[in-house]
Formats: sequence, C-alpha cells, structure tokens
Amino acid sequence: MIEPSAASVVPTTDPSTYLPAQPIGDLTDELLATDFWTDDMVARAGIPIVDIPFVTVGGGIGSFVTVDYLRIAGVPTSHMRVLSALDHPWQTYEYLTRVSQIPRGERLRSDSASRPDNIWGFPSYAVSEALRDKTLKPLWNVFSEPILADYWTPRAGQAFEAMEREARRIGYHEMLVKGLVRVVRRRYGGGYFTILTPPQGASATKRVAFRSQYVHVAVGYPGLKFLPELQRYRTEHNDYRHIVNAYEAHEHVYERLLQYPSTVLVRGGGIVASRVLQRLMDDRLKHGAQTTIVHLFRTYIHGANDGYGNETDPRPGGGKPPVFFRRKGGNGWAYQGFNYPKSVWGGQLKKQVRGLEGEQRAEIYKRMGGTNTPWRKLWQKQMDQGRREGWYHVLVGTVDDMQPSGERILNQVRTHQGVVPVEVDFVIDCTGLEADITEHRLLKDLLEHGGAGRNPVGRLDVDRNFELKGTRSGAGALYASGATTLGGYFPRRRHLPRAPGRRPGDLRRPQQARVLQADRPGAVDGAVVEVAARERAVTDPLLPLASLVHRPPHRRGDH
Amino acid sequence: MLPTLNGRLQTRIFMLVVFGGVITLLITPLLPGLDLSGDSYRTTYAILLTVLVLGVLWELLYHFIQQFRWEKDWPTMFGLLTGINEGALVWLLLALEVVPGVDGVPSFWAFFIMFGVIWLVIWVWTNGPMRVPFIRWRFFGGRIV
Repeated sequence: MIEPSAASVVPTTDPSTYLPAQPIGDLTDELLATDFWTDDMVARAGIPIVDIPFVTVGGGIGSFVTVDYLRIAGVPTSHMRVLSALDHPWQTYEYLTRVSQIPRGERLRSDSASRPDNIWGFPSYAVSEALRDKTLKPLWNVFSEPILADYWTPRAGQAFEAMEREARRIGYHEMLVKGLVRVVRRRYGGGYFTILTPPQGASATKRVAFRSQYVHVAVGYPGLKFLPELQRYRTEHNDYRHIVNAYEAHEHVYERLLQYPSTVLVRGGGIVASRVLQRLMDDRLKHGAQTTIVHLFRTYIHGANDGYGNETDPRPGGGKPPVFFRRKGGNGWAYQGFNYPKSVWGGQLKKQVRGLEGEQRAEIYKRMGGTNTPWRKLWQKQMDQGRREGWYHVLVGTVDDMQPSGERILNQVRTHQGVVPVEVDFVIDCTGLEADITEHRLLKDLLEHGGAGRNPVGRLDVDRNFELKGTRSGAGALYASGATTLGGYFPRRRHLPRAPGRRPGDLRRPQQARVLQADRPGAVDGAVVEVAARERAVTDPLLPLASLVHRPPHRRGDH
Repeated sequence: MLPTLNGRLQTRIFMLVVFGGVITLLITPLLPGLDLSGDSYRTTYAILLTVLVLGVLWELLYHFIQQFRWEKDWPTMFGLLTGINEGALVWLLLALEVVPGVDGVPSFWAFFIMFGVIWLVIWVWTNGPMRVPFIRWRFFGGRIV
C-alpha cells in the first residue's frame, strides 16, 4: 500500500517520459486475460495498491466538473484522485481551441449555461465581463440576443481563468496524480482496479493500481481522424506541411500566406471552418495577405434544413422537416448558435431525449445534428466581401484524387458538373472526423473486459445517471461522461454520480451540469499526443525531422 | 430561458406568488390612491391574481410560439417584453370593470407601478439569482418540483 501522493510526479505530458523504465510491477498475461481481478492477483504481479474511494480518469474538463461538484457536496480531497496526463483540466481544450483559431482573446461557442467553474452558472460570464471591463455591452448583448445581436459568448481566456480559480479553491491539484491509465477492471468482491502508468521515475514500479468503489471515465474524444484522401496523401508524399488538420498547429501556413500570394483549400462546413476562414480573411483584410480561398463543402445548405440536410433532401419517412423542426441556413452553411439546439441544456429537447430509447434516440440525434456554425455578422460581412471581390470561392463535392504538382497540390474535385481540377498551395482540413471509441485503448478494454456496451449511436452506453451500463461491480459503480458517451439520454450534458463519503447536510440528489463546450471538442488525449508529436516534428529544429515523422503515434495507454 | 411547458407554469406561479405576493404587500400603501386599508389590499391582490390566471393562459401561447424556434429557447428579451401585452390586457379588463374583486377603475399609475415593479423584479430574478437557491431549476426546464 502506498500513499496516493507518492504517485504524484513532476508535471509533464511528454509521452516519451511515460516509456516503461523497469519491468517490475507490470501487468501480467493473467491479469490482462481476466475480467474480474482479485486483490491477490494484483499483489502477485507486484503492483502496489492505493486505496481511494473515487477516481476519475482523464483529468480534462469532464473530470474537473465532476470533482468540483463532489467537493461542493462535501467530499474531501483525500477521498478522490484525478488520474491524468494533463497538468490542468483545460489543457487539451486550450490546445485545441488555440490551434483551431480561438486563442485566449477570442470567443468560444458556449455561454454561461455551461460554466465548468460555477455550479450555478451565476453570475454569468457576461455579468463578470461587464463588471470587470465596466461596460454595459455584454449585458445589452445577452438581453437582445439572438434577435438583435449574435449570441454572446465569453472569451476563451475568461473561461480558463475562471476554471483556474475554481481549481485552486477546491484543491484540484492535491487530487491530481500524473500518469496514463492503461485499464480499469472490475474487482472480485466489488469496486474496481484502475491501473496507472506513472511517468518514469515517479514510482518504484511500472504500474500502480488504484482500488476504488467508484470510477469515473471522462477521457474525451478517442481521437480525430483526417479525411482518408488527405491522410493517404500525407503518408504517400511525406507532406505534413501543405496538408494540415485544423486541430494541429499550423501557424506556418498563415505565416507563408502573408509572404506569398497563395491559394488555400478549406474543407468542412462547421465552426472550425468558420474560424479558419476568419483567420484567412483577417490576414487578407488587415495584414495584406493575397490569399485566394477555395472552400469545399460536401453538403451545400441553401435554406431551411435539419440534420438530414436541406429540406428537399431525402429523409426517413420522406417529406420535409416539420415547421417546428427547421434550422436556418444559407450560402452552404447550417446556422445554429451553439453545437446543439439550445434547449438540450435544460429545456424541451433535453426532456424529450431523456425519454427516448434505441432507434428513436439515434433519430433525434441525427435530426438535430449535422455540421453547423453560428451566424455571425463579421463572418457574413467577410464572406460577402470575398465573394464580391473574387477571392472566396465555394465548391460543392468530394475529392477523387490528390497529386503533387511542383510545390502545389492538384485536387480532382467531383462536383455535380463533373470533375474539376483545383490546384492549391495548402489544404486545411476542418472536417473534424472523430475516431471510433475502440481507437482509445482504455475504452476498448472496457468494451472487451469491463462489461460496457455501445449506445444507439455507437458510443459508450450510459444510463440516465451516467453509470456505464453493464459494468456494475458489487457495491461499486463505474461512470462515464463526455464525448465518449455521446448519444446518451442527455445530449452534451453531465450528471453526477452519488457522492461517495457523503456527509449529512450534503446535497441530497445527484447534481447536474454541463461541460463547457467550445467551438471545439474537449479532451482528445490520444489525438493531441499524436498531433503534439507532429507539431514538434515541424517546429523543433533540434529534432531530426524524418525520424519523428515516421515515429509511430503514441496513444493514451500505449505504455 | 429554456423552459418546458410544465416549467413555464411552475415558474410563473412560483414567481408571482412569492415575489408578487411580497411586493404587493409592501407596495400597496405607497401606490397613488391606495392606503393600508383592507379595500386597497383586496384590489391589489385581486389584480395580482388576475395577472396569475391570465398568465397561465399566456404561457400556453408562448409555448406554442416557442415551437417555431429551432433552439426551443425563449430569448431573455421576450421575457421582459411580454410584460407589455400582459399588462395591457389586465389594464383593459380593469378599465372594463370585469375583474372580480375590484370595485371601480383603480388609478392607472397605481396599476402601472405595481405591475411594472413586480414584472421587472421577477424578470431580473429569473434571469440570474434564481439559479443559486434552486440549482436544478435551470436544468429542469424551469420546473421547481
């Protein structure tokens, strides 16, 4: 038995520091092949056991909100551990928002319905900003939105600073244990073992086992994928400079565009595409870049729509979307303030989805889904100007083939009018494809050995209290929330488990809240590690480029 | 606000009973033409009750209008501006002397001040501090129970 703090280590997220140092206290074949572990099996493997009532795996905003609520409910820090490779809960989120063109000074795509730092959502971000900056502007905006103004949203920096303050208040860092979680297995006799791989030198053994009654898994997106043709081109031509994903650092593209008149192909029709276009257009309009933008939509929205597409597009049961379920759209885009219709945060749609099962639930997710972006005055103005002046072109279709053409890339774009050759200098992929949950080693293990199953849209199947169905272990319970549970009873919401160690006077019922959602998904640990490795390959002159480019991607739990 | 129909009705009744009740109690003697007498209170509470009963009907209409909105939300501004149509209707009924429990036509300014103060306080409270004592309210579409 060791103290939890003994497993805490120097903060770093460099995956290379997680490489195994010594083979003592490692997972054995017997452990890996067994669904239920006894205490004795773990001890035989030489893995030290830390007893703690509650662990949350992930350490992003999902874990943060969970422990925040439990702290508010009276659970002491000594009863909980956050197992994470991240130093701060907002670290992955900030990385993703920054590279997808929302640095701290830019505004997110969420409002105060989702304040991860504040259980009440009051005072709102708008009130805070108004008080801090001594201005009535944010208040007028929230009063008049969305009729007279765009939806008001906070700057990313404000959300991060607020989380930082709350993290200090609840003693978040006392609970943080650095490392990668390899597996969570049920314990014979009840509860769970969570196997952590601490960074090199942080513990005497390769693994440390956390024995707990409750486990919460909030590991974010299993990973982000490139469009297949883009990935193929990058690999075949070893070109990671001209074809970039919006979620990887690609500042070099904008720097190059400022220096040379170039053509950029932007792919995607969501919020990230909007942000990237804004950056390209800002650089053109304010900093003199001579960039021509070709914007490729796969689906072109020209008016009223829903998740199936334009109202004239085919949908199950035929017909058009009912007048009560139509979204605005135009110029290719489907317009929606936030990443879901607002009432999933606590109104009609939340109530409706809560009561739906199976196919019906999958259907409503589909109907209110679809790629979309907010209608914002600035973006409309810039796009209008681009169309008028001939430097913003829209294409609709898919890419059949990509070939290098000198320093440029020749795309064969299949449109309704036939195949069109489009030669560009850079391609920015803003489609944000997500990987299957089995791409994440921990989630895959939960499906294969933990009793977990898939929900109607293919993610982890959680109950209305966010317990992962099929994983109950004696008096213990395993919870999951966030992107890995998308398709559940609560779109984009969170719900807390019972508080272990609850004291008299604590809140009686499970609390509910939502994780802040920005323009971008939350923790994408695996993908970020990959992207970070690629980023170094491009930007760090001290590292031999080729060796890094060919380096196999490190995923969470690989070591 | 992201109300469900049930949430709308519950919030409406709760706010008018709690805030409307207390404010009416405090404000009645200060209103033009009214005093601390039982008659004055009978008049103001009858008006409050009228606002409440009609308000329940109004909520049905608002809920219907909300269905045309993709977001199924109820913008903050609507919550304030609906005070105009609701207040106008109540005043019309008062002027027509068809409100039970109210004898004669009360002073317009008495009605205006009372209705305006109650409406404004409830609107501000609903859009902010309500989230503190009732932390689940905003997730339950405005339901209190």
